[in-house]
Amino acid sequence: MSPESEMGSEENHFRRIVIIWIVLSVVLDLLFWFLVGPHVPPGRMTTTAKDNQFDFNVLMVIGLPVIVGVWEWLGYAAIKWNVKRKDMPESVGGPSAADNQRAVVSWIVITTVVVLALAVFGTIALYAGNGSGSGEGPNPILQPAGAFKAETAALAGTGSWSPNSNEVLPVQVIAQQWKFTYRYPTFGGFESPDLILPVNTEIAFNVTSLDVIHSFWAYQLEVKADANPIENNVAFTKTEQLGNFEVRCSELCGIWHGAMFNPGKVISESAFMTWASSTESTNATNTANLPPFAWTYVPDANGAAGGYYPDGNVTPYSTVEIYGSKQPS
Amino acid sequence: MSKGGRLATVLGLFLVVVGLVVWAVASLLNPGVPGGVVNFTNAQAAGQPVQLNVQTVGSIGFGAHPTWVSYLVKDPKSGKWIHATSWELPAHTVVDMTIDQYDSGSPLRNQEWGQVLGTIGSTATLNGTSFSVYNSNTGNGVGHTFAIPTLNISVPLVGVSGNPCGAAPCHFNSPHNVETFSFKTPGAGSYNWQCFVPCALGYLFGNGGAMSTQNYMGGELEVVNS
Repeated sequence: MSPESEMGSEENHFRRIVIIWIVLSVVLDLLFWFLVGPHVPPGRMTTTAKDNQFDFNVLMVIGLPVIVGVWEWLGYAAIKWNVKRKDMPESVGGPSAADNQRAVVSWIVITTVVVLALAVFGTIALYAGNGSGSGEGPNPILQPAGAFKAETAALAGTGSWSPNSNEVLPVQVIAQQWKFTYRYPTFGGFESPDLILPVNTEIAFNVTSLDVIHSFWAYQLEVKADANPIENNVAFTKTEQLGNFEVRCSELCGIWHGAMFNPGKVISESAFMTWASSTESTNATNTANLPPFAWTYVPDANGAAGGYYPDGNVTPYSTVEIYGSKQPS
Repeated sequence: MSKGGRLATVLGLFLVVVGLVVWAVASLLNPGVPGGVVNFTNAQAAGQPVQLNVQTVGSIGFGAHPTWVSYLVKDPKSGKWIHATSWELPAHTVVDMTIDQYDSGSPLRNQEWGQVLGTIGSTATLNGTSFSVYNSNTGNGVGHTFAIPTLNISVPLVGVSGNPCGAAPCHFNSPHNVETFSFKTPGAGSYNWQCFVPCALGYLFGNGGAMSTQNYMGGELEVVNS
């Protein structure tokens, strides 16, 4: 028997490898998509979390065949093209490997297509998800319908929200060393250490800081935005499931950074309305002592240790529509 | 070395490594109470509230940073004021806290901390008068807060006029405010507490120095099962 027929032709090897690769890839992709995919973090509590899970699963479905291909090739080569076998042609590095133009071109074309396709996919996902829960700065280009109206009304103190109204709910996240607090401008501007959100509602997080740089990270909501002093960083998401989540600071911000976390809750719209109205009433005395609601706050020149007040030089909310040159006093 | 000797050496080293790993994991899972912690677990009869007395001073007057602002605590055994901000408390027990506030105040950076939050009844007393909200933009403002962020507990400590007490421990003859409140400890664990007033003068945003150094304006509650 000739060495070639004993080892099989190059064409046979390639066909065999491709068939095994396709079968393994399809099986593993299906197993991952249906068994593992639905449980991949961060879950499906919000649209951005759901989108993020979908994106991750797509990456895995594309990545698994690549992983399978590499390992299969390695295993196949170790078994079939073992140098200890008799009558083997010259191993890796021989003339056939150096001049295999088909293999080189295939590798470049396939990896280029995969990377470019993922870039397009990522860009579409970013746009479709209104920024995918990341901070877009004070002038968000990508925002859900009704966000501009709700944010502008919130600043003017004329905002409203009610169950089943489909209105965007602005929530201000105020970071300071070492705690997040939350203001609800639609409900009289009360401030609370609790982050409570209604389900099935588009939320506009307006994130700022009173001292150093922090980062608001609501992991299960798939929202993450840096909290910078005298800067309003806006991020959007829509709640879709009831449940608990956790907020953490993800920017090393000092001695108690590790303790800068708090739980949060997504509750029904009617329960949220009850909670917000009740807290607005309970906190009314303290709310009167708070500075007027503003996107950012600056220190009062007369305040020895603090005394923060609205930034007089307002940052416009939108690049296309400017609220005004000054915030309400 | 014989084959048996080599085997014994490898086995011995393996056991040492396993022992170190087990010790490290056990230490991480059960860190225990660190040294320098004031123990309040045996300071009262079982089931009775813990009496925790602290004072705040504008400048401690001794040690490496004599000009720094600080908390002090009254040692339940000796009755003396000591410079320690980590306290061991029994779990699920009411703590009656008395704070002698000797420092001046100002408007709060975040007036949210003008509220009394998380205490029993959501109230505190200021020189014998109950209150639940203090407007720091009036009067002498707020000098400090006592807050346990993870338990959502926060109490504003109203400032005094001027800062006549220049060295700790301050005496009752110096101007001061007395605030009292109660809270219940949660289950066993380590809970940090801190001041939310950026009171470290001379530091960026007032949060360096005494605010960012253990044993001054923050500490730990080491809550243990009694």
